[in-house]
Amino acid sequence: MTLDRAKLADMYYRMWLIRHFESRARWLFQQDLVRGSTHTYTGEEAVAVGACAALNRDDYITSTHRGHGHCLAKGGDPRRMMAELLGKATGYCKGKGGSMHIADLDLGILGANGIVGGGIAIATGAAYSAKVRGTRQVVICFFGDGAANQGVLLEAGNMAALWKLPVIYLCEENQYAEFSPSRPFFAVERLEQRALGLGMEGIPVDGNDVLAVYETVRQAVERARAGQGPSFIVAKTYRWEGHTVGDPLTYRPAGEAEQWKTPERDPIARFGKYLVEQAGFAPAELEEMNQRAEAEIEAAVQFAMDSPEPAIATLWEDVYA
Amino acid sequence: MAVREISYRDAINEALREEMERDPTVCIFGEDVGRYGGPFQVTRGLYERFGEWRVRDTPISEEGFTGMAVGAAMTGLRPVVEIMYNDFVTLAMDQIINQAAKARYMFGGKARVPMVIRTQGGAGRGNAAQHSQSLEMWFVHIPGLIVIQPSTPYDAKGLLKSAIRNDNPVIFIEHKLLYVTTGPVPEEEYLVPIGVADIKRAGDDVTIVATSRMVHFALQAAGELEKEGIQAEVIDPRTLKPLDIDTILRSVKKTGRLVVVNEGHLTGGFTAEVAARVQREAFDWLDAPIMQVATEDVPIPYNRQLEWEAMPSVADIINAVKSVVYR
Repeated sequence: MTLDRAKLADMYYRMWLIRHFESRARWLFQQDLVRGSTHTYTGEEAVAVGACAALNRDDYITSTHRGHGHCLAKGGDPRRMMAELLGKATGYCKGKGGSMHIADLDLGILGANGIVGGGIAIATGAAYSAKVRGTRQVVICFFGDGAANQGVLLEAGNMAALWKLPVIYLCEENQYAEFSPSRPFFAVERLEQRALGLGMEGIPVDGNDVLAVYETVRQAVERARAGQGPSFIVAKTYRWEGHTVGDPLTYRPAGEAEQWKTPERDPIARFGKYLVEQAGFAPAELEEMNQRAEAEIEAAVQFAMDSPEPAIATLWEDVYA
Repeated sequence: MAVREISYRDAINEALREEMERDPTVCIFGEDVGRYGGPFQVTRGLYERFGEWRVRDTPISEEGFTGMAVGAAMTGLRPVVEIMYNDFVTLAMDQIINQAAKARYMFGGKARVPMVIRTQGGAGRGNAAQHSQSLEMWFVHIPGLIVIQPSTPYDAKGLLKSAIRNDNPVIFIEHKLLYVTTGPVPEEEYLVPIGVADIKRAGDDVTIVATSRMVHFALQAAGELEKEGIQAEVIDPRTLKPLDIDTILRSVKKTGRLVVVNEGHLTGGFTAEVAARVQREAFDWLDAPIMQVATEDVPIPYNRQLEWEAMPSVADIINAVKSVVYR
């Protein structure tokens, strides 16, 4: 593992950035300032941050409806994200996409996606494209345990394995599929067994351990760049909050979430402990990063609030290139 | 300009070959498009010329390879997908409607999705209910898509070349019974612009707007009507979306009468759309109700007589014209 101090600090900072972003997104939704529905990534920060830490700037990701974390982990601008949540002209999508459609093609973020599993074939195509264009780019396809039951995973995963495409299917097993526990919806014992049918090895990883995610994904990226084809990783994690903000969570056992929020399991607390005990960080440094991340998100909220609404004339813009 | 007579199939093959020679980012994905040369032999010779990475034989996975084309298009390729029968687009609809058509708008104008979906539709060959539909209107309904239906080899070649160079997702619907038809095609390179109708036959008494194979039915009907002294103007929109309504309106303002012919089903179909536009924008010029000739609202049956009964016929067009010229 080759992570220098600056990189470790950056990963820790990004995890806090995500946590604070989601906290403010939830609040803005409750204030009726965010419309439609919004899906928080709280508790899953180690997956996005660990995975994206193994990528270069020009590598690609496809994201999901629960996509804020992926976008921030890949380097997305929280100000433009927050402005998009508020539907403002300065948002990533000029106010036309909202929470579920944030994309930054300059950073290789090929879009969050409102369709469960919607990014799977797109990621596979981006990997095909990288191969034809002769670049060394790789693609991480984030999807959830709910999306693992979409048929397109069989179709696209099979083609990726057939043609050794540089794509990493990264299943975030957060244990819930929309408004139901996910476990009753797959017949295999462990989700990674699905990979066998695609001609890949299924690799489980502790999705709340950012360094384990990083190392697992780094090896997959290495294989992909070496022309050895796709990987199928299942990151075991937990969705702290409901499917959407406002979800009454009637389907979740009382007390379950609390067991995932302990210092031993909370991905940020776990990483913080590692940084102090094994990487020579002072607790005060960690606290400073936490506060800096919070301030950056506050500034993003302010930027979004102060930004103008899109002009009505933009309704008809960008339907066609 | 040197002109030869070639088939609709060969014209499409030439368009693909020329664009692939011209632009190394053009790739083909589809079932049996490579070694076999395409289920309708449209892509023959391309695999040998351009290799497996640019002419990709895919598994029978319409959603997978159509979605791959979306991702490839967003990242620098110009994929041309072949969906063997337009009936099979049902399997790829999420990729076309929710992904390809919307990426640009919902991402605030940053994405480009330059891809073409070639497919073929139409009845008349005994392929029955799941291989004979005309589903063009499903796509015409969706903002962000371009929909093209060529009726001649000349239009097919020139429009496909324009479609491949266009930066939007284009649905390019061929007709299974037109592949063997022939027509004049120049040796030299040319393009047919998207969104421009073609007047296939001039006339002053009635306007017939027809698409795809129905253009040929309309021209046959016009030939018969001429014997009775009725001069029909036949317009082929060629592009259904965006529709060149101006050419249609100009003709209707001259003839005062309109018959619209399309192989899709009558209800909620292309004929209704054109009728609505024309009555709204040329009401004062109309001397008769607009007549619609379309496929009956039944699945396409297998039996020859039943199939022909379900589809529009030349006689149906003649009868519709006579009813609007009151003859």
